Amino acid sequence: MKTSDLILQTATKLILFLIVLFSVYIFFAGHYTPGGGFVGGLLTSGAILLLLLAFDMKTVQTILPFNYLYMVALGLLFAIGTGAGALLFNTPFLTHAFGDIHVPVLGELHLHTATLFDLGVYLVVVGVTMSIIQTIGGDE
Amino acid sequence: MEILMAFVVGILFMSATYLMLSRSVVRIILGTTILSHGVHLLLLTMGGLKGGAAPLVGENASSYTDPLPQALILTAIVIAFGVTALFLVVGYRSYKVLGTDNMEKLRGNEGND
Amino acid sequence: MINFLILPILIPLITGVLLIFANKSIMLQRWIAGLSAFMTVVVAAMLVQKVKNDGVQTLNLSNWDAPFGITLVSDMLSALLVLTTSVVAFACIIYSFKGIGEEREKFHYYAAFNFLIVGVNGAFTTGDIFNLFVFFEVMLMSSYVLILLGGTKIQLRESIKYILVNVISSALFVISIAYLYSVVGTLNMAHISVRLSELSGISQPGIVTIIGVLFLIVFGLKGAIFPLYFWLPGSYYAPPVPVMAIFGALLTKVGVYSIIRTYSLFFFEEAGYIQQLLIVLAILTIVGGLIGAIAYWDVKKIVIYNIIVAVGLILFGIATMNQDALTGSVFYLIHDMIIKAALFLLVGLMAAIAGTSNLRSMGGMIKRYPGLGWTFFLAALALAGIPPLSGFVGKLLIVQGGFASEHYWGAAIVLMSSLFVLISIMKIFINGIWGKPRAFENEERVPYKKLLIAPVILVILSVCYGVGADFVYPYISQAAETLTNTNIYIDAVLKE
Repeated sequence: MKTSDLILQTATKLILFLIVLFSVYIFFAGHYTPGGGFVGGLLTSGAILLLLLAFDMKTVQTILPFNYLYMVALGLLFAIGTGAGALLFNTPFLTHAFGDIHVPVLGELHLHTATLFDLGVYLVVVGVTMSIIQTIGGDE
Repeated sequence: MEILMAFVVGILFMSATYLMLSRSVVRIILGTTILSHGVHLLLLTMGGLKGGAAPLVGENASSYTDPLPQALILTAIVIAFGVTALFLVVGYRSYKVLGTDNMEKLRGNEGND
Repeated sequence: MINFLILPILIPLITGVLLIFANKSIMLQRWIAGLSAFMTVVVAAMLVQKVKNDGVQTLNLSNWDAPFGITLVSDMLSALLVLTTSVVAFACIIYSFKGIGEEREKFHYYAAFNFLIVGVNGAFTTGDIFNLFVFFEVMLMSSYVLILLGGTKIQLRESIKYILVNVISSALFVISIAYLYSVVGTLNMAHISVRLSELSGISQPGIVTIIGVLFLIVFGLKGAIFPLYFWLPGSYYAPPVPVMAIFGALLTKVGVYSIIRTYSLFFFEEAGYIQQLLIVLAILTIVGGLIGAIAYWDVKKIVIYNIIVAVGLILFGIATMNQDALTGSVFYLIHDMIIKAALFLLVGLMAAIAGTSNLRSMGGMIKRYPGLGWTFFLAALALAGIPPLSGFVGKLLIVQGGFASEHYWGAAIVLMSSLFVLISIMKIFINGIWGKPRAFENEERVPYKKLLIAPVILVILSVCYGVGADFVYPYISQAAETLTNTNIYIDAVLKE
């Protein structure tokens, strides 16, 4: 029997972007308030999971042709790279640098290398969650 | 509050032990999940259940809760999550390859002869 | 360079990540893995020298001062163990080039291997009790992958039990950390030590003893002490030889190291109860391991049970807690890591040639494989502790320490154990290597000479370690000194 999941599919198309946007917001909010790469990553993988529920694995693979294992590795590389950057300045591993930079259009920006580290965490979380889901769910 | 928590943790441990002593692999995995929940609750209780403000910048409170146990729990949850996922995959794979999820039938004797 | 002590953790970590990207080309993976393992050895050796010259090295991660941040501490014991780990890992990687099979190499074998080394080196280096748990988990996760890789029936069956045991022990680890945190309110190991000694000045709280016993259960499960070693023979038997070697050489030793570290730092005040418990358990561990080692006719099982014997020996040295016995324990710990890896690789090679690990269907290998035969002979003597090989000095010191603290029974059993270890290992030699040469089915396909390189390196190292004991002794005694006089460690961390 072929089930009709028209409502779910239509709703997903709308909600998906909201979730992803919210996850990006949460990701950046994590600097001084609750949030961060971990939660943001989980939200994003939740969005992809919704996509997987509404459509099937093949469709999602064609929309998002990522190798999630490489994504994990890339995320780790970001995180380790940020940490190891401290080695160049002879400060302890994982020491972060930050400062305010004036950018013409955007105005004063507070930049922090912890964001790069968090980006790594984000990628790792999305990659790990998705590869787990693919491994468990991919088998018919 | 601490007494209540102690009971909850005890009940969680009890159910986890019961589940882990059963023969089915899936029940065992569920048991480990419940065990990890019990452990996290215990860690939270052990850090002290003081009713201070959230330890955030800008909360001008007189007392704050200890953020460390929460950080530890987050780490422990992530680890437990990863291990459980892996355990589920292993359980599923071994069910497909070995054709059983009964631990009684998974006794090994190769190499003992 | 203040970050020096993190390099033995960082190099395998970066290598592991790069290896995930390089999974298409096996040759590239081998080159990266081999080169980085060699680099780790060099860096670790330099670290040992640095600790020797400048004393205990510490690093406060993220520049958060101790005890608030996570501190990495390299005293002589951790530096030496990191060096030994790197050497053993290097040898096992060389062996893996020919011994693991391309099927597994394609499936991120080297990446998982490197993450395992990250976990082991991290556990040896960290100075934070929760961070120790995290590194344990890194190590265990990679070991789950390694024990599963290949997915044969026996691997799947045993890995379920292995994972279950370790999940429970990890849960207990978090529980004991929770209890400890509620008592002392800190996670930095040096700081915990200070707080605990302040506590016991006022009264002798029984909770500390409970925490001590809980830690003993946790590390006992990892380090395979009596009666918690029940899972070990089955699980270590399942994976392929290089994985078995790295498990046998390193994983139990991480448990033993944690016992040394926590008991010298935290529970020295509770000496009475826990010390008695440790001594009894150590002796029972030795006896239990010996029974298994003598009873089995399977080469791999014999060596696996010998791990348990060694853990008991080291534990006995730790439990007696005097300078001699501790020096002996550290000496024996390092010796055992090297020689166990060598023995596993050698019996694995024998099993590969014979096509079975059953001793009854082997025999006469020395005719066609003299190199294998004599290397094994040397390794066996070193394991049993025949002077001047490396097992001797460690055992001598442990026995000496045992007599000095009047644990005559224990010391006598340690002495007797050498004899039984010799019997068990000579059984392999007499039945497998001597005797009438047999023709084995698949022996032509085994790349014998290339596989022999790694164990030969390890055995040569082990011989040098024993013969050059005079040269090594200052390093070892420095390590033991930090253990008996923990103020060196604490002052270095808290910079008081």
